[in-house]
Amino acid sequence: MKTTFQGYRRENGRVGVRNHVIILPVDDLSNAAAEAVANNIKGALAIPHPYGRLQFGADLDLHFRTLIGTGSNPNVAAVVVIGIEEQWTKKVVDGIAVTGKPVQGFGIELHGDHDTIMRASKAAREYVQWASERQRSECPLADLWVSTKCGESDTTSGCGSNPTVGNAFDKLYAAGCTLVFGETTELTGGEQIVAARCRDDKVRADFMKMFDRYQGVIEGHKTSDLSDSQPTKGNIAGGLTTIEEKALGNIQKIGKVCTVDGVLDKAEAPTHPGLWFMDSSSAAAEMVTLCAASGFAVHFFPTGQGNVIGNPILPVIKLCANPRTVRTMSEHIDVDTSGLLQREITMDQAGDSLLDMMFRTANGRLTAAEALGHREFVLTRLYESA
Amino acid sequence: MIHCVLHDPNDSVAVVVIEGMKAGTKMTGLILDENRTIELDCLQDIPIGHKVALKDMAVGDTVIKYGIDIGKVVQPIRKGTHAHVHNIKTKRW
Repeated sequence: MKTTFQGYRRENGRVGVRNHVIILPVDDLSNAAAEAVANNIKGALAIPHPYGRLQFGADLDLHFRTLIGTGSNPNVAAVVVIGIEEQWTKKVVDGIAVTGKPVQGFGIELHGDHDTIMRASKAAREYVQWASERQRSECPLADLWVSTKCGESDTTSGCGSNPTVGNAFDKLYAAGCTLVFGETTELTGGEQIVAARCRDDKVRADFMKMFDRYQGVIEGHKTSDLSDSQPTKGNIAGGLTTIEEKALGNIQKIGKVCTVDGVLDKAEAPTHPGLWFMDSSSAAAEMVTLCAASGFAVHFFPTGQGNVIGNPILPVIKLCANPRTVRTMSEHIDVDTSGLLQREITMDQAGDSLLDMMFRTANGRLTAAEALGHREFVLTRLYESA
Repeated sequence: MIHCVLHDPNDSVAVVVIEGMKAGTKMTGLILDENRTIELDCLQDIPIGHKVALKDMAVGDTVIKYGIDIGKVVQPIRKGTHAHVHNIKTKRW
């Protein structure tokens, strides 16, 4: 396995594999200005979203943590923040500024969209030109943070694409990388397997607390047995029958060797290398958005029936073992592992082919989702606004 | 050709991995954890990705995949037939 990749080392020492200048709205009202700036300045990327007004408590904390984390991600070179007013805008700017990267904020009130767009466009133009001169350098593999989450899973996920991620994760873990998985509810039926893989009793207790809390949410809101949602209609069409079956397939992603070294709240950044569990939704775009906000630079996304997700700043590498999906949706698949099911390749070879695509992606190759323009950015909400 | 795969030799279901599996096919099943094969008669057309029962099962039996409990039988299942939401349900939620 290669031991280095070509990345962008940022001011705080973290290494990114993309060099985005993002225009980040604090709230729904600022999307129009952010998109106008990105339209003015070629190479700037607006990340619109529907929230950020009248949130409070832990839900507001998560909103800020996700926006600040997104701006702080090493795949981002510089950030222009736009909010309807200046105080929350400043809070996001100050949070991102901790990384040392260039960031400026603009409030719309007392200025209007026109003036805001003009001032923010000037900043964005400077940032895009500055970013265009950042150079990739050779970085040790251990500097690469890799996340995983699967989607539109079917039974081939559990026997093909998910264990391929597991094989790659075992190798990356040994190389000292920082790794994360999540999808709290989609561990149901396999939670004891994850608990048994936790490094120590403290991590195990933290994991089970998060798992049990999420089960409480399901119990509190479910109307029947949840079988209309988990497994999804797509999962069932693909042959998955129960949540337990789905979960046992899901868990193949954490390999056979690596241990769960810590747990993270949503959008929280890891503090040391190893494999982390992040308490998260199992909805693809929510989870991948949280991975990006936690600072992950490359994502492994195994799919069975063909989830087409991408992310604005986090390259999403798709792998699939279902030969029908690979045939009918080839433009979405970066790594075809369907040969596993006919014994044409070994699991070790499948893992290596995923790692090869990871290095190519880290070095600059656009993923299928990037080439197709998939930029799903979905903020997780915890409860109603005030 | 591999027609279906199972994870653990004790699994009571296997996953069909080819398109257009027809009743009457003599199936070769691959046990992934042991890299050896088993033989099985397919009694029903089964879509790719869907499961085939590896033994007769009665209502209330536990279905085993990955060597682990994935749910309970709610309608009798014959060996070689389609095993899915019409005859298996979760024990959770």
